[in-house]
Amino acid sequence: MKVLIWILGLIPVAGAFIVVNRIEPYILGLPSIVFWATAWLIFTSVFLSITNILLDKQEGSK
Amino acid sequence: MNSAIFILTGTFLLAFYLGIRARKGQEMKLEEWAVGGRNFGPIIMFVLMAGEIFTTYVFLGGSGGAYRMGGPIIYIFNAFCYIVPFWILPPIWRYAKKHHVLTQSDFFSKKYDSKPLGLLVAMVGVVSMIPYIVLQLKGLKIIVSETSYGLISPNLAVFIGVVAVTIFVTLSGIHGSASTAILKDILLLVVILFLGIYLPYHYHGGIQPMFETLETAKPGFLLIPDEGYSISWYISTCLTIGLGQYMWPQVFGASLSSKNERMLRQNAAILPLYQIILVFIIFIGFTALLQIPNLQGADTDLALFKIVKATFDPWVVGVIGGAGILTALVPCSMLLLTASTILSKNIYKAVKPDTSDEQIGRLTRIFVPIVALVSLFFTFYGGNSIIALLIMAYSFVLQLFPPLFCSLWKKNPVTKTGAFAGIIAGVIMVAYVTLSSATMGTFFPKAPQFIKDLDIGIAAIVVNVVVMLAFSAITKTSVKVETEAEENVV
Repeated sequence: MKVLIWILGLIPVAGAFIVVNRIEPYILGLPSIVFWATAWLIFTSVFLSITNILLDKQEGSK
Repeated sequence: MNSAIFILTGTFLLAFYLGIRARKGQEMKLEEWAVGGRNFGPIIMFVLMAGEIFTTYVFLGGSGGAYRMGGPIIYIFNAFCYIVPFWILPPIWRYAKKHHVLTQSDFFSKKYDSKPLGLLVAMVGVVSMIPYIVLQLKGLKIIVSETSYGLISPNLAVFIGVVAVTIFVTLSGIHGSASTAILKDILLLVVILFLGIYLPYHYHGGIQPMFETLETAKPGFLLIPDEGYSISWYISTCLTIGLGQYMWPQVFGASLSSKNERMLRQNAAILPLYQIILVFIIFIGFTALLQIPNLQGADTDLALFKIVKATFDPWVVGVIGGAGILTALVPCSMLLLTASTILSKNIYKAVKPDTSDEQIGRLTRIFVPIVALVSLFFTFYGGNSIIALLIMAYSFVLQLFPPLFCSLWKKNPVTKTGAFAGIIAGVIMVAYVTLSSATMGTFFPKAPQFIKDLDIGIAAIVVNVVVMLAFSAITKTSVKVETEAEENVV
């Protein structure tokens, strides 16, 4: 559980610092570079929310 | 008098009225004045915290940055800024609750058991907040002079704006900021979404065609280049902002008043979604670049208003300008409030410990106009473009991160002398570099390009950490020697 929490919490860091430095293909009207950065806003939010729930459960089970 | 000026004045008066009226029914003790008695509901808390995103830095600097920098501007919506608080705020909050810590400066002086360190942290905070206030005022200047079609003198407008904010902050404290913040956020959300979608469709028939036109007109502009705003610039700037974001005294303080740890993490998890609004801001900047391609230097911050004026009737310009005025005044009021609270509670009281709470309360309100005047001075005097100023202030508060982070460990390797020396070394380096307008390339002309492009905040933090650890190692052994010596005497 603890490992899972760490992995889920740290994946967004990788997402934040990786840059897809290219224009093509356009995804949803956005160049890849802009789309990647935007998509990670959503993914980060999802990952952190899940981590938050897991942390809550962990604290509850203590 | 055209309709734009009419709407601008109206918005300004409405904000002023809301700010003053917020005082009603509140007994204005310092606690109530500064932190709303710590009983703001979660929605107001969220608006106040999310409001941090919508400052003039974003409104003008974001669109101006897209115009000037191209692709690298994506750093403004990097999610890293919310991953850091997700992990570090809960332990800070836990400690603060246990030891009744109220401000960032209190936190440091308690953790390191050192009043001088608390004082230093307070001073770094205030010194950093001034460029942040100046930034808002510079933004205000631009907004007024552009949206009034040059009919209102920008300097006069900034002066009136500052007087108004000073009055409502002095009278209503944080209640004034809170009631204007809600108006501001709603107005801004509508304005940005509308412009970010309408402008690309109006001129290019869609967002993708806009990007395609841009790529044809300026091949490679949307990519991160090999030099200048390169990958190493991008990563180091994101680190500076991500690690520094919650070192701002006003942000740090706000998070301490949360009800529990869960709410803190919840906020950190939701805020990245809010940042999507920034993506629309860069659409505005890019469309402006294609339509009005000849802005240079600091004028690039005008990009948003230039395109708005070229596209819409004066009354629409007025509404957008009104939203812009609020984005400048609301953060300004919160910064004034925090800065003057720190000046009286953490600086004046540290120097004169026998000051009574009542005197502190009075003093805090006296500091509001003083801080306002100092900021006004720098607004008229300084000439930097908006983003450069903010990055300097971010680099300052960033210097508080290493000692804070180490103090959260079970065995803190850093001593108070080490923390003190590290912060000072980091701040001096940032100040020197900013004043002499040097870059990493100036110090290391022969270094590889990726080192030359590093953000100065990150370079300073490396110096900071080295000095901090070195001083800690020295003082740790000397403490040991002293205790041994004492034992021998005994």
